[in-house]
Amino acid sequence: MQPLETKAIEVTDLTVAYQDKPVLWDIDLDVPPGVLLSIVGPNGAGKTTLIKAILGLVRPAAGNVLIYDKPYEAQRRIVGYVPQRGTVDWDFPTNVLDVVMMGRYGALGWIRRPGKQERELAMHALEKVGLEEYRARQISQLSGGQQQRVFLARALVQDATIYLMDEPFQGVDATTERAIVTLLQELRANGKTVVVVHHDLQTVEDYFDWVMLLNIRRVASGPVAETFTPDNLRETYGGRVAFIKNQ
Amino acid sequence: MEIINILNHFDYTLMIVAIGAALLGAVSGSLGTYAVLRRQSLLGDAISHAALPGIAIAFLLTGSKTPLILVLGAAIAGWLGTLLIMSIVRMTRIKYDSALGIVLSTFFGFGLVLHTLIQRTGNANQAGLDTFLFGQAATMLKRDILTIGILGGIAIIITFIFWKELKLLVFDEGFAASLGFSTRALDILLTSLLVIAIVLGLQAVGAVLMSAMLVAPAVAARQWTDRLSLMMFLAACFGALAGVSGTIISSSASRIPTGPTIVLCATVIVGFSILFAANRGLLWDWTRQQRNRRGLKTAAGGLFKEPQQGGD
Repeated sequence: MQPLETKAIEVTDLTVAYQDKPVLWDIDLDVPPGVLLSIVGPNGAGKTTLIKAILGLVRPAAGNVLIYDKPYEAQRRIVGYVPQRGTVDWDFPTNVLDVVMMGRYGALGWIRRPGKQERELAMHALEKVGLEEYRARQISQLSGGQQQRVFLARALVQDATIYLMDEPFQGVDATTERAIVTLLQELRANGKTVVVVHHDLQTVEDYFDWVMLLNIRRVASGPVAETFTPDNLRETYGGRVAFIKNQ
Repeated sequence: MEIINILNHFDYTLMIVAIGAALLGAVSGSLGTYAVLRRQSLLGDAISHAALPGIAIAFLLTGSKTPLILVLGAAIAGWLGTLLIMSIVRMTRIKYDSALGIVLSTFFGFGLVLHTLIQRTGNANQAGLDTFLFGQAATMLKRDILTIGILGGIAIIITFIFWKELKLLVFDEGFAASLGFSTRALDILLTSLLVIAIVLGLQAVGAVLMSAMLVAPAVAARQWTDRLSLMMFLAACFGALAGVSGTIISSSASRIPTGPTIVLCATVIVGFSILFAANRGLLWDWTRQQRNRRGLKTAAGGLFKEPQQGGD
């Protein structure tokens, strides 16, 4: 890799520990702009923690993160975030449109309320994920796949350059999975950088062009064709997974 | 003539007390909405119990029973209790619920000891301090209403100003932080509002049952609506209703503590809401199930009949 190449995300020597147990150990990761990167690894590999560390949501014990050569605090407006669906209470008294508008809260800043413009942006994003008819629906009455698409729409209205998504495919039906993949590829076609925590090894080669293999340490990262090899996978999963490449 | 005078006097006292209880119920009901949605119902309990020693210390230091001073003492102690819970969770391996239990009982015990000491000294001024245990709305005066109205009003205005931020914090804290909102500051703000609501209610409802005034109206309100703003409005109404009815009932007979009566009234509202609310109520669930079952039976009946007809 050329040293002068711009990097959308640059993680250097990142170590994160909960109490005294390391969750991420000395991670280096360069994400070039415009790639669709999946982070894969076994449970407890630190995938979610890595996303949170990039977003400044967990404090690292060491190391640092740059977004286009600047710390995250200076680049918030160009980063969109899709948390894991299970982290919120879907019985919260609000509707779909309201949740999607939350994606504009960062741009609005303190105290200012969302208005007509925010509503239009949210409606537009809902159309993109195929939920425009559900705008007034109470969020507890959505299926898992629909909830996931609401979260995606909320990230879309952030109008970011870089998207970080935590397990967007978890527990969704086949229709939603296809819709999400189409959306991800559309984002990449528009020059966005997308980082996705992913669980399903079978689909990595179909959905993504870059991959990071993670198990507390970084095993490998790079283009899927070079990185997603049986040797690297064995190292990541400790030989516990018999992975069959369908070739 | 004399009877009319007594009646007028009675009405005036009752009116003051009812207005106070209504304001109180409205403030604690609306702020309790956040506590319920954040699953922090027990935090209210800890704050109200932790506030007790603050009242005693404020009285010992100043010798005054001015509501504002006692409320200030209660607020500081309630706040210290909350801070202590947060630091225990952060710095030790003790879990949140255990930390709550420890702080709640320690502060409450300390408060009881101080109140007993004050009573022993035989200070002529002390009578009435024990109302903070179970509440005695009948002791409410005009100045108490003013305190509740102004402080409660400020608290509610603050929730309106930070409406969007507080909603985001309660719904999705991680996302709020990723957008750059200081969740620590919002957390402190929200806890402070809860502390205000609680200490205002101590005199009327008492430390022991105050948390019910936060939780019950909001739980009842949640049954009727799926909108946060409406939920908060309904919780305020239910709180006010419980406050007024509880006060009137407890004033009608002597020596009935107001706190338990208000809480019982709130419980009736909760019970009614859980049973009869549209969409979320048990009765609604039951009729829906019956309808589904009947629908299934008809469908299944059709299935069974068809082969018979074919057999003929």
